[in-house]
Amino acid sequence: MKEAQGHNKTKKFGMVIDLDKCTGCGACMVACMAENNVSFREDESDKQLSTAWMRVYKMTNGKPFPDADVCYIPRPCMHCEGHGGHSPCVSVCPATATDYDNNTGIVSQIYTRCFGCRYCLAACPYHARVFNWWDPVWPADMEKMLNPDVSVRMRGVVEKCSFCYHRYQRAMEKAHYEERHEIEEDEYQTSCTQACPAGAITFGDLNNPDHTVNQLVKPDNRHGGRPKNPQAFRLLERLGTNPKVYYLSSREWVIRAGDNYVKNENH
Amino acid sequence: MDSALIPKGVKRCPLPQFGAALMIVSAVLLWGVFAMLLVWFKGLNQTNMNNAYGFALWIWADLGVIALGGGAFFTGFLKYIVGKDELKNIINFAVLIGFICYSSALLILAIDIGQPLRGWFIFWHANVHSMLTEVAFCLSCYFGVLCIEYLPLVLENRQIDKVPFFHNLSHNMHEVMAVFAATGAFLSFFHQGSLGGVAGVMFGRPFGFREHILIWPYSFFLFTWSAAACGPCFTIFATKLTEKIAGKKLVKDNVIELLAKISGWMLFTYIIAKIIDTIYWANVTAPAMGFTLMDFYISSPGSFYGIWILILEVGVCGLVPALILITDKGRKTPALLWTAIILASIGVLLNRWVMVLQVLAVPVLTFETWNMYFPSWQEIATTILPIAYGIILVMISYRYMPIFPQEAELNPIEEPETAVTQDTEAGEEAKQAQEAELAPAKG
Repeated sequence: MKEAQGHNKTKKFGMVIDLDKCTGCGACMVACMAENNVSFREDESDKQLSTAWMRVYKMTNGKPFPDADVCYIPRPCMHCEGHGGHSPCVSVCPATATDYDNNTGIVSQIYTRCFGCRYCLAACPYHARVFNWWDPVWPADMEKMLNPDVSVRMRGVVEKCSFCYHRYQRAMEKAHYEERHEIEEDEYQTSCTQACPAGAITFGDLNNPDHTVNQLVKPDNRHGGRPKNPQAFRLLERLGTNPKVYYLSSREWVIRAGDNYVKNENH
Repeated sequence: MDSALIPKGVKRCPLPQFGAALMIVSAVLLWGVFAMLLVWFKGLNQTNMNNAYGFALWIWADLGVIALGGGAFFTGFLKYIVGKDELKNIINFAVLIGFICYSSALLILAIDIGQPLRGWFIFWHANVHSMLTEVAFCLSCYFGVLCIEYLPLVLENRQIDKVPFFHNLSHNMHEVMAVFAATGAFLSFFHQGSLGGVAGVMFGRPFGFREHILIWPYSFFLFTWSAAACGPCFTIFATKLTEKIAGKKLVKDNVIELLAKISGWMLFTYIIAKIIDTIYWANVTAPAMGFTLMDFYISSPGSFYGIWILILEVGVCGLVPALILITDKGRKTPALLWTAIILASIGVLLNRWVMVLQVLAVPVLTFETWNMYFPSWQEIATTILPIAYGIILVMISYRYMPIFPQEAELNPIEEPETAVTQDTEAGEEAKQAQEAELAPAKG
């Protein structure tokens, strides 16, 4: 009955990032930090200590000029589904401080329950999780500009990209107020998606054939969401993490760099 | 000055000498306590860990001391369950080492977590899928068992033993100790394994991930096996070291040799299992994830994890001590025995090191490089802290409790004839009383 009315349809929010469009400008990182009250320190030179939810990596094809090529890879949390919701981080957390939401496909992080064992940090192969090594401190008056929809995190807990979940909650509240059961594709978009000047990031429901993300990658849910589009790939597909962030590229070396292969092995 | 507290029939160094040694070790302990307080008050920014190295020196130390403390559960298992009665002469010390190791592990865990005041969440919000949850429950329960096993030793102090209640309590606890030994063995089989499972279930980390039997990765079984093999080696090492420092024999050779023999066969079979596991992992598990064995062992700038580490762990610190310990000549030759027990202890520590730190050092994303880490002085100090604490506990326990039942027999006190007669009688009385107490447990 509910299915027929379109209620409670299981969603699987995901992201598609076109690496051929990404210029590595870092606007997605900045937007993410501002939107999600991500703290920063005066000296951010050691990136292993940075609290960045979205991080842009640079990689090259290793060839000399004129064949040299560069690609930038924005890396949010992959919101892995694993097998049956057992993503690498969710299954290891001893205090159930991180959870896989089967209704949205989003991996949550409960900051007030996390006690900072960092097992999830160790388990995540994407380094999407960061630890608060210091107390969050903002420059004077900047605290007034914090997003009231997002809680700040204390020292000693792990945090990560939430796919701007508060925006989903806001969109759902609005829909509910307007007596709608579903939200439109553009009603819930992450801050990085909206900030990208090149339009490289697309966000939506991978289960919804009307959404652009679905059309771009054509996920095959019978095979763990693998993309049918030959130009689409996921990072470290072979590990079985079943991530919901897809990448697009027309360059063969970029697609191959998405995973590990033993010598002379085809992807 | 404290002679009234010292067990009858044994000789101890003068109190000032003991006090001086205690102060030196206490200074190291205080250094560790200072670092611990820094970490608790200022946070984990006092360490050199980072987002790539979320697990580091402390987790290795945790896994290491738990493996080395495995002598307690396995010796208890052999004595009380299998019935190797000779081991009653080393079980007290094995329990003491286990108690030190496990209390140290709990302390290190309390320092290691980002929000120490929320440590109880692991019990309250327990996630049954997490290996750490099982570790936390089993570890805490087993520490309780070790406290119960250690308590009778404390109660056997000469002065405490004079109180009838404590005397009877100690006697009755000895009688039911087999139940606790069995409980301890059961709990240890699980938490030692779960610690192996910590890396084994991380399917996002190809270096640590292992195939499963039901819900348990192979590393689960290997960790239990290696702890049972190398834990007793460390117990022997600690016994021998205590003998060297005390300048006298404390445990008869036949006891050491029996434990060494069992340990040797455990180590030998473990190493065979480890080699099979490594071959399967290198040829099946890792290639399925896109890695070859040599991808994990690269001695290049940015990594010191060359293939030497695997050879050192499995060959030099695994196979060599195993072969020494399974031979009669190896066990009976002091130099070889020393070599074997030291190598075995290093081997299990090395195994824990690679299963914690190398797991995180290996780059998984193709556009990343090897992660390097060197601990801060606060991490080093807090890791040395349990060692100092352990030495202090051994010093106090050895001085005031009858830890080594054979000590009086092996080291008769030479004093004027009348005194000798009295002391020998006292020693005999003490020995007979002790044997009488242990008699029901033997049955």
